[in-house]
Amino acid sequence: MLENFTYLYHGFGIAADPFNILLMAVGILLGVIIGVLPGLGGANGVAILLPLTFSMSPTSAIILLTCIYWGALFGGAITSVLFNIPGEPWSVATTFDGHPMARSGRAGEALTAAFTSSFVGAFVAIVMITMIAPLVAQFALRFGPAEKFAVYFLAFASFVGMSKEAPSKTIVSMMIGFALAAVGLDMVTGQLRLTFGFEELLNGFDFLIAVIGLFGIGEILLTMEEGLEFRGKAAKIDAKVVWHTWKTLPKYWMTSIRSCIIGCWMGITPAGATPASFMAYGIAKRVSKNGKNFGNGEIEGVIAPETAAHAAGTSAMLPMLALGVPGSPTAAVLLGGLLIWGLQPGPMLFVEQAEFVWGLIASMYLGNIVGLILVLTTVPLFASILRIPFSIIAPVILVICAIGAYTVNNNVFDVVMMLVFGVIGYVMKKTNYPLAPLVLAIVLGDAAEEAFRQSLLASGGAISVFWSNPLVSSIMGLGLVAGLWPLISNLFSRLRTPQPA
Amino acid sequence: MSELPHGAGTGPSQRSAEIGVALLTLAFGLIVVYGSYIVGFGWGADGPQAGFFPFYVGLIIAGCSLINLVSGLREDARELFTEWGQLNQVLKVLVPTTIYVALVPFLGIYLPSVLLIALFMKWLGNYNWATTLAVAFGVPAFFYVTLERWFLIPLPKGPIEAMLGL
Repeated sequence: MLENFTYLYHGFGIAADPFNILLMAVGILLGVIIGVLPGLGGANGVAILLPLTFSMSPTSAIILLTCIYWGALFGGAITSVLFNIPGEPWSVATTFDGHPMARSGRAGEALTAAFTSSFVGAFVAIVMITMIAPLVAQFALRFGPAEKFAVYFLAFASFVGMSKEAPSKTIVSMMIGFALAAVGLDMVTGQLRLTFGFEELLNGFDFLIAVIGLFGIGEILLTMEEGLEFRGKAAKIDAKVVWHTWKTLPKYWMTSIRSCIIGCWMGITPAGATPASFMAYGIAKRVSKNGKNFGNGEIEGVIAPETAAHAAGTSAMLPMLALGVPGSPTAAVLLGGLLIWGLQPGPMLFVEQAEFVWGLIASMYLGNIVGLILVLTTVPLFASILRIPFSIIAPVILVICAIGAYTVNNNVFDVVMMLVFGVIGYVMKKTNYPLAPLVLAIVLGDAAEEAFRQSLLASGGAISVFWSNPLVSSIMGLGLVAGLWPLISNLFSRLRTPQPA
Repeated sequence: MSELPHGAGTGPSQRSAEIGVALLTLAFGLIVVYGSYIVGFGWGADGPQAGFFPFYVGLIIAGCSLINLVSGLREDARELFTEWGQLNQVLKVLVPTTIYVALVPFLGIYLPSVLLIALFMKWLGNYNWATTLAVAFGVPAFFYVTLERWFLIPLPKGPIEAMLGL
């Protein structure tokens, strides 16, 4: 334990390098812009900018990219509060009370509350990562292929159980991801599969292209359909408003703690920031004595979802680093980046690349502090970006997406694929198929398949290998509980309150 | 409302969209199963064959698609997927974007980008020519400088760029 603090101390030495601090500021600003603009979100923003970082050192690159992620998390709140348009899915719950506050002239207060709670949520999650991630990684060093597959199973099963969409839709979306990941060269046998003679498919589907298409192009199409017009409230944040709001915030410590716990839990299991923010909002509404006033501009209704969303978004990094299983689409893209830099996420990363890991963790602390200061001071600037009409923003974002898709592999065919994924993303969104499981499955498909085949190879094809020792059985058991959770909770509530027929 | 064949208030129903998507995923699942069948999905001399994992993935896709198909059939036929007017808006973006993507392999990325931005601003935004041209040329020029000059990342170029000697 103590040595971890030594590592962290060294990590701060790396992260506090002036060049890295500059990268943090650049990353946060880019991230906020990405979070504010429709069609550019954390996941595809990072995906588009990933190729630009290939020439940097992995530590600087990941600092830049994670800060874009934090920035996007902050940025979602701005559009929600000022324009009633959630820039990101996880800030939908923030609109419920944030926008009414802005309408009644309390925009500055709402934004300060949102940013500060985001910061608190993220900070708690980072402290948790610092404490727990090394332990998880150490524990995971003992994992064999069967245990690895069980962890993947747990991750994907909790998607099925936690998702608010129909389980069969979540499974279809996830399995399509696995199928797309399987296309191309099979690493074990060296055989080509599922290419049906198309040379373009030799290398399979690149998940970065899928992310840019599904989230970028799909989002633009959705925004266009809604005939979006930005009619926002002006925001002025000065030191007085910030100070006033900060003075009221400690009153809501209970809401904060509750949202942090919800967020951290939902972030580690890859349910993600969006359900976490809704859950935190819902519980706060039920528990708070001002619950009835929720939806009319209650500051607690901003604190609860923002804290939870940020705690979830940040803690999604824990399983990504310690187990190699990302907890959110953006974490999945970051994991893809690590692989490209030749770093294998997972337990060995803490042993072999301790400097990188602790530099990254230290940069999370600094990045969020830098982020809080930056967003509080630059809100008017970002609000003015939103006033640029959509007929200019839309084509520019399309061009950015196309450039991003091309630069992944310097391949024009990828630009075509991006558009195909964009249409798929639009239709899937409209028919309530969740996109996150698809992306995670494309990223993890090969690793999950390898773990699956290796375990079966060791057992001679017997499925019972996944129940062969207490460790793997309990992870698989947890997975089953997570996957079947809706059924189980249904059963419980029926047992408790016998319903009249 | 539903008597009007066009205009506000009508459009393809959510039910047919759900059914359509379920059928598409079903077809996709079957293609995956077939593709796995070609390369072999059984147990080879050295363990599971290449099609082993995707075979079951394909089966699960097909199975769950059937569930989605049934629940889609049970959906209320009156609920709208989107209105025709909204779909029109989507096509206004989708059609130019498709043409843009189709042009990129031949003309490089710069010229189609200029055309795309100019088209949007003129057609959807009704801007005057000066503003339109400034943005339409300014944005690609910005990417040229940042990407090709600073980051040394080459973007696809076509005959026009070759003529200009870029």
